[in-house]
Amino acid sequence: MTSLAGQWNYFLVIALMMIGFYAVIARGNMVKKMVGLTIFQTSVFMLYISMGKVTNGTAPILTGADIADGAQTLYANPLPHVLILTAIVVGVATTAVGYALIIRVYESYGTIEDDDLIKMIEAEEEDEDKIGEAPSA
Amino acid sequence: MQDDPVIRVISKVMIPTVMLFALYVQFHGDYGPGGGFQAGVIFASAFVLNAMIFGLNRGRHVWPAHLNLLAICAGVLLYGLTGVASLFLGANYLDYDVLGATAKSGQHIGILLVEFGVGLTVASVMVALFFTFAGRPTHVRLLSKMQAHEGARPPAPKDEAKSEAKTKATKDNKTGAHK
Amino acid sequence: MSGFLVNASLISLLTLIAILALRLHRLFAVVMLSGAFSLVAATLFVVLDAVDVAFTEAAVGAGISSILALATLSLVPAEEKPHSIAFVPAFLALATAAMLAIAVTDLPAFGDVNAPIHNHVAPEFIKGSADDIGIPNVVTSVLASYRGYDTLGETVVIFTAAIAVLLVLGGYTRPHRRKEKRRKNGEDKDAR
Repeated sequence: MTSLAGQWNYFLVIALMMIGFYAVIARGNMVKKMVGLTIFQTSVFMLYISMGKVTNGTAPILTGADIADGAQTLYANPLPHVLILTAIVVGVATTAVGYALIIRVYESYGTIEDDDLIKMIEAEEEDEDKIGEAPSA
Repeated sequence: MQDDPVIRVISKVMIPTVMLFALYVQFHGDYGPGGGFQAGVIFASAFVLNAMIFGLNRGRHVWPAHLNLLAICAGVLLYGLTGVASLFLGANYLDYDVLGATAKSGQHIGILLVEFGVGLTVASVMVALFFTFAGRPTHVRLLSKMQAHEGARPPAPKDEAKSEAKTKATKDNKTGAHK
Repeated sequence: MSGFLVNASLISLLTLIAILALRLHRLFAVVMLSGAFSLVAATLFVVLDAVDVAFTEAAVGAGISSILALATLSLVPAEEKPHSIAFVPAFLALATAAMLAIAVTDLPAFGDVNAPIHNHVAPEFIKGSADDIGIPNVVTSVLASYRGYDTLGETVVIFTAAIAVLLVLGGYTRPHRRKEKRRKNGEDKDAR
């Protein structure tokens, strides 16, 4: 295997990551953005976990013999697993905050498409200028 | 869905099983895959299932919101106080060696406590999130609008006509936005 | 080679799901696809020997995350405005992909035992988990003991997120102040 062929897993994950990235920056719908963010996030997790993989290794749960006389078996690297394990749960908690904000945006403006939202906010600012000019109507 | 006998009976079997499995995942996390984070989510899913089958009010009755808030804080506190306990016993913060008779048993106790704190927080946070999202009334906008109308002018047929025109305007607006 | 086939087919499936999720306009379908994405990702994590992560991803990503998204969709419109391909973001994504691909070529080969990541602290954790802590699951011992500070921080983040959601959604909405002003002026075009 050449050095380039050794990294195929990373390239595939990057392709996946960019689909999520595109969804986040190109789509106006906020729920779609959140789904894109989830895809992006999960792809980053995959990148990390790929780094922890050891060929012919096994899951980092020690077997009985290893506990008795030190680690002998080849294990995958547990460190990325720990980081990603917590990141997944934190990810869903922050995603929930995002959804909560989407709900509030919808309740205030009646839309979750960001181009409509920008128009609406601009219109509201114009209205506010008018109110400022003629306070008693 | 709430009147379907199959769903009701199956969920009554499922909910305790799910909770038991969550406890297994929580306390077997030292020996197999699992731990506080996963167990918390699985435990919360039992409450979510209960609320989905029997309704939000029954769900709230089973696990009231103020207790849930306490549980969220208690989990984080348990984690932090475990660290403080090791601090008082003469070791560094979150160094569990001093918690037991030997270093290994101390580590066991410390990890058990800390994982339990994580599980408690995650479970109650997930329950809180679900109840907050699902309990959000869809008619908030409508309600607040109606209150605003009542404050502005006495309820009259004229008002109704206006609100009708309004909904029409909203519709027009929406269809316009979708073009 | 079989590892390559399994990984490549799983990631292709993930790519297919992601593209479908990107293209569909019905948000219910999109949310369900994102749940399916999480499940397939969990399978991939098992293949990559990360059983704890797979467990979490299956429980959190496919379970709770989908439920929250569905609860959101019950409150907001479940249909997306149709979009054509946006070229600037597509170009940006491609450019980022190219940059990442160039950066990735510097990484050690996939699954290489001699990669620096496997030689620095990880062996000590694996050995220490047996000798000092006596817990077979290395992930748990690193999570709760070696990196206890980290996990404490993550727990506090979850706690904070819950508080934020409760603050944002917990109460009832008051009518907007600016809206009231506008209504007083008789200019309520009802932009909502």
